[in-house]
Amino acid sequence: MNEIWAGVVAAFGLIVSLDGDLVEITLRSLQVSLSALFIASALALPFGTWLAIRRFRFRRATIATLNALMGLPPVVVGLIVYLLLSRSGPFGVLGLLFTPTAMIIAQVIIITPLIASITHQAMRELWAEYHDLLISLNTTNRQRIATLLWDGRRTLLTAALAGFGRAIGEVGAIMIVGGNIDHATRVLTTAIALETGKGDFALALGLGFVLIALALLVNFAIHALSRTEREGRW
Amino acid sequence: MSVALHGVVVRRRGKTILGPVDLDLGGDGLSIVLGPNGAGKTTLLKVLHGVARISAGEVVWSVPEEEARGAQAYVFQSPIMLRRSVRQNLAYPLELLGTDKAETAQRVADWAGRIGLSDALERPAPRLSGGERQKLALGRALIRAPRVLFLDEPCANLDGRSTREIEALLEIARAAGTRIVMTTHDLGQARRLASDVVFLHRGAVREQAAAETFFDGPQTAEARAFLKGDIVE
Repeated sequence: MNEIWAGVVAAFGLIVSLDGDLVEITLRSLQVSLSALFIASALALPFGTWLAIRRFRFRRATIATLNALMGLPPVVVGLIVYLLLSRSGPFGVLGLLFTPTAMIIAQVIIITPLIASITHQAMRELWAEYHDLLISLNTTNRQRIATLLWDGRRTLLTAALAGFGRAIGEVGAIMIVGGNIDHATRVLTTAIALETGKGDFALALGLGFVLIALALLVNFAIHALSRTEREGRW
Repeated sequence: MSVALHGVVVRRRGKTILGPVDLDLGGDGLSIVLGPNGAGKTTLLKVLHGVARISAGEVVWSVPEEEARGAQAYVFQSPIMLRRSVRQNLAYPLELLGTDKAETAQRVADWAGRIGLSDALERPAPRLSGGERQKLALGRALIRAPRVLFLDEPCANLDGRSTREIEALLEIARAAGTRIVMTTHDLGQARRLASDVVFLHRGAVREQAAAETFFDGPQTAEARAFLKGDIVE
């Protein structure tokens, strides 16, 4: 019990004094996960919406696959990305393994199905509401997707937040493809795993608090920006 | 811009909902589609508008199809409000056409005045009252200055005042040369507005006549019973 308490005190010390390592690791974590979120959203939001409005032959199979991919085990994604990017792999020449870029690639693969699936579910309802009007107005597919994305932006935010939550807390894949290299690819989750293993609970706890605080902060910031909980807004 | 239906049939799950229908709608006036529930009034309107799949027959407009589709507007029985402000709802059909901003703003202001919602431009459309929504839907349909306007029970569930306001808007649109085709359950409204009547029963056109002819001397027993207020099934 004493050890934990000492860890908590030391953790606050690190945070208050803005410890160099702590700040660096935090910023890298944000850089990787926000980049992944940005890329995944750019892919998944239009795709999920498109799935909601289009009827095609393998639609149901596509949706089922997408939902299954939501539960993709990160370590397996890490392994596959590792194999693809390693020296002997097809993309080995790019020299991306053990760089933040490799971590972003892995996280994009993990969170894109999640965001696309939530988007699809939200957009399906909105599309049912708008369907007749948008057909009547002779809209093109592109206009339909744009209209749905814009009017459904509230729920899409939830989709993006879910993606961010999964990305920032993920450790399996980025550990494998990033390698947890100090000052290069060390992020919050991999650092916590390492420090816990070493028995340095102060730093591990400090990193843990920062991780939780970050998740809360990003949620609040996005809610405030979009005024989602304000009456009369969407 | 006139339209003709040749042997149009609409089937859903093996059941014939409409047809076979042969119908000629001329280039002007206000047609009222009458008939009991399930007679196929809404389906007929959707077929004319080109949004319902037809199983047989054809719909022929007097102008090329693309032009015909672009010159129509449709007001649904329960108005569909975009989750946006009143202003953005009115502007939406113009934005789709890429109308420039100044003209859009001017036409939105104009139409907001005509439908009596000038003070409500910034309000979220889904929060309007039933009458206001229907007026907004009508304004949004008319803002593109369509040559043909379809309305499906535009005054269902509205009180007298809202109904009067909507009828006034329709009269103005008609005077400006818009061809109007609408369904209604309100026989009084049908008498007030119709220049001609299409009477549907069980998916078939039983009568099509000028309004006075129809209301003074309906030809079929069903139409007579319907006008008398009997329950026609």
